[in-house]
Amino acid sequence: MTFPGDHLAAPLIEITDARVRFGEVRALDGVSLAISAGECIGLVGHNGAGKSTIVNVINGGLTAQEGQISAAGLPVHLWTVGVARATGLRCVFQELSLCPNLTVIENTRLMHRNLGGFGWRGRARAVIAASLDAIFPGHRIAAGDTVGALSIAERQMVEIAMAFSDAGIAPRVVILDEPTSSLDQGLAAQLLAHVRRFVAAGGAVILVSHILGEILSTATRIVVMKDAKIVAEAPAAVFSHASLVTAMGSAAKETARTGAQTTGAEVMALTLPRGKPFVARQGEVIGLAGLGGHGQTDMLLALYDRATPSWLPQRDPVAVFVAGDRRLNGTFDLWSILRNMTAASLPDLSRRGLVDRGAEAARGEDWKARIGIRTPDMNNPILSLSGGNQQKVLFARALSTRAQIVLMDDPMRGVDVGTKREVYDIIRAEAARGRTFVWYSTEMEEMQLCDRVYVFREGVIVAELTGAQISEHAILSASFHSEAA
Amino acid sequence: MKRLTPEALRLALPVMALTALLVSVFILRPNAMSYNGLHLLFKLGIPIALATLAQMVIMAVNDLDLSMGAFVSFVACVTATWLVDAPLIGALILLAAVAVYALLGMVIAYRNLPAIVVTLGMSFVWAGLAVLVLETPGGTAPGWVAALMGVKPALMPVGIAGSIIIAVFAHFLIMRSSFGVLIRGVGGNERSVARAGWSVLWARGAAYATAACFAVASGITLVGLMTSADANIALRYTLLSIAGVILGGGEFTGGRVSAIGAVVGALTLLLAGSFLTFLNVPPDWQIGAQGMILIVILALRLLLVRLEKRA
Repeated sequence: MTFPGDHLAAPLIEITDARVRFGEVRALDGVSLAISAGECIGLVGHNGAGKSTIVNVINGGLTAQEGQISAAGLPVHLWTVGVARATGLRCVFQELSLCPNLTVIENTRLMHRNLGGFGWRGRARAVIAASLDAIFPGHRIAAGDTVGALSIAERQMVEIAMAFSDAGIAPRVVILDEPTSSLDQGLAAQLLAHVRRFVAAGGAVILVSHILGEILSTATRIVVMKDAKIVAEAPAAVFSHASLVTAMGSAAKETARTGAQTTGAEVMALTLPRGKPFVARQGEVIGLAGLGGHGQTDMLLALYDRATPSWLPQRDPVAVFVAGDRRLNGTFDLWSILRNMTAASLPDLSRRGLVDRGAEAARGEDWKARIGIRTPDMNNPILSLSGGNQQKVLFARALSTRAQIVLMDDPMRGVDVGTKREVYDIIRAEAARGRTFVWYSTEMEEMQLCDRVYVFREGVIVAELTGAQISEHAILSASFHSEAA
Repeated sequence: MKRLTPEALRLALPVMALTALLVSVFILRPNAMSYNGLHLLFKLGIPIALATLAQMVIMAVNDLDLSMGAFVSFVACVTATWLVDAPLIGALILLAAVAVYALLGMVIAYRNLPAIVVTLGMSFVWAGLAVLVLETPGGTAPGWVAALMGVKPALMPVGIAGSIIIAVFAHFLIMRSSFGVLIRGVGGNERSVARAGWSVLWARGAAYATAACFAVASGITLVGLMTSADANIALRYTLLSIAGVILGGGEFTGGRVSAIGAVVGALTLLLAGSFLTFLNVPPDWQIGAQGMILIVILALRLLLVRLEKRA
């Protein structure tokens, strides 16, 4: 595959010194990456390492605050989704991006803007059928099927075929973000074989996967990210499964820990159809680890549903939930700090169905002092607080109830370091008083504060680590699948 | 034999409901089984079908138009007055109304507003404008509209023939054309449509403009049939149109709509009214009874969907 106007040997896309910040969080810290024709880059890293951010910068969905993007050796000033697509860049996202109400043909029409005009159905059918046949020979997907009626694996196949399909603008760089997560081994092997063929013919692929075997067998070059930086970059042959896991972790930063508390009475248990059972004991801090989206949040929701019947209100709450996505399911944006804080314990604060304003204010002042919410007046709107302080209010909401089990869904997202330290201390103190914490977090450091950690992979608990066993290396090694597909 | 697709199954239900109602009406009133009888039964079919299609286009982009009835009434008032006295100004007013709809769609997309609230507010605007245009019931139908609605096709009455033509036209526009795919795509997965490089802003604007065109046609044909207008002439159309879309196999969200289904759904609701009259159900009870028919049909659909999933 040669293209007129290409500078010889110039990378198809090159990113130089890209920096991205989301508020307090540094998502990319000076990353440079060049993608040349004929190579497959394997991109690995743990949660928050910056994988999705770099992918989004490359596909034009996100503009880096600093840094430069060049296509075929020439700098591009305004790199948008449209420009990226026009240069032959395609992306398969982790979450499905097809329209479920449309047929495969109609989705093809939407993805390729230049297919229009009379008779587009025939052209779209030919384009997508050719691509599906090439990648997944023997597939049983009819182009006229509605996407919503297909199985998850079939949808993923259509999505992949869509990315490799050629309707005028040939695909030159294809980004595959966890493409095999819903494919079985046979289909995954077909896909990886196609990736190798595509690369051999002069295309380029960026492959993000948690299955290290796939990366090692398919990529020509492997890029390891950690803490918003590229920490290792070398030809794939240099790496082994063990050296990749080591590269993803940080160099021996094990925190000294006190003896783990794992002797209390059992307060919650859940036997899962597959994998190890879940048990929580009184006074324990339990971590749920693993890559994001591998079933940890589902687990928390299942535990919460089990503890709180949906029909009858309970006199004594068993469990409370601390949301991670504050705006989505945490704060009441229009309410004051005080109202936000007491929302979970109103039954305790009311007499004969009416809220006792005095008791509410007293409880508010008490927790303001205990947890250090930085505001002159608890009646200020919740949005007047910084993100970290809003999160503290959510913690106070949970801790001020009488519930003995606290479920936390990655609550420290976008919270500054100082607040984190304060909250860690509160969690330890409350655990010492007999409360149980179930804590999903994407941060390694927080897992090291736990008494026990369950590691999730593909919706299943694959490892249980206790006390001194909890280490970054152990969690990484369990989070990433070793076998090749 | 190939199994029925879910789409065909969804369409089968309203078609069966319409057939069942028609058979019941024929049993109750055998003399309805004639050209004239069918003409009277389906006389109002065209405006209701058009209003339902207008609502369907809005629902295809995940929105809901609560101003449909008021807007059709406004159009009817303009048709019965300006379009007769000063056709050019009348046409300009209607064109401006379509432009307002397009603008509303774009504002809703741009500011990410809830369409229900915006259109509920607009319903008062349209109702007020309708009263300003035509204070007391009256006016006349423009000659060409009355003539168009008065034709007597050889094979079937104008209500049925017109509904079929409208259904086929809307099917090609919304279900078969690239434009229709884009609009339904916005309803199905707005983000991926935007990622593929389309402008959701313009797509919503175009959808609202298309809906307004259907609604304008609804108002004009309504006046052609009634030969006069008043500011409340079509207020029922808001709920009737939503019910028609749902009855015809559409969904409130997700861009799942069917043009032919929507027309069949509208005719079913129209027939349900006549059916209840023939049963001597007092007018006070008719709306409730109509609601009961709707609930029964929707319950049947839920059952069918469940069977489909199990199969």
